[in-house]
Amino acid sequence: MKIEEIRHILEANVWVGEERLEGEVHAACGCDLMSDVLAFAKEEVLLLTGLVNPQVIRTAEMLDIKAIVFVRGKVPTQDMITMAKQKSMTILSTEYPLYIACGKLYRMGLMNEGEA
Amino acid sequence: MKLHYQVDGDNFLVAGEASASLKRTLKQLGIDASIIRKISISMYEAEMNMVIHAYGGVIDVELSADKVAIILKDTGPGIPDIELAMKEGYSTATHEIRELGFGAGMGLPNMKRYSDYLNVYSEVGVGTTVEITVYLT
Repeated sequence: MKIEEIRHILEANVWVGEERLEGEVHAACGCDLMSDVLAFAKEEVLLLTGLVNPQVIRTAEMLDIKAIVFVRGKVPTQDMITMAKQKSMTILSTEYPLYIACGKLYRMGLMNEGEA
Repeated sequence: MKLHYQVDGDNFLVAGEASASLKRTLKQLGIDASIIRKISISMYEAEMNMVIHAYGGVIDVELSADKVAIILKDTGPGIPDIELAMKEGYSTATHEIRELGFGAGMGLPNMKRYSDYLNVYSEVGVGTTVEITVYLT
């Protein structure tokens, strides 16, 4: 699924990575616990999370995750935006809660598990 | 090749920078992505532990033809019961650390899961040394 399509489905704001919206993800992982993301997430998935701090960006970097959606209307800090820009990531935010955001993407075809 | 990193304690903005830096180096060297992933995850968890529990420390990495050996040393409070600390779900982290998405008792188990060899030496009041080895082949 293209990131542009994800942006549209989740009515999301784009904080960084506008130029990479044509990029695609094939699986997704919804999680607030970064240690679980590290333990179980596959590479190059979409990460949906309600956790907002620089460690989210760092965790994504470790796993080559290129796109993150912050849920529940959470807004990334300037530090996080700067980090994400340096690492060529795309950051979106949506008002939907985690469960609904995951459900909407799943229903629209992003059905592969992002967890190994 | 030998690499050395200094890790600051309690600076969550730069926590993980050493692991990120090693990851970039390994990528440049053309090491297989699945092996880089094992190294990155286990070192990042160990680095976060240093920041969270031990006021930082030093990391030495030795890259050879067949393996990457990482030694993380701190002079923090030490781990009284390593066997207990290795159990998934056991944690002594504070509420603030949990808010960062860590402190769920997955750090040491994740290191074990992703490394080929893990050794933890610790003395209460003296510090902890974590040795992580990942084979390249």
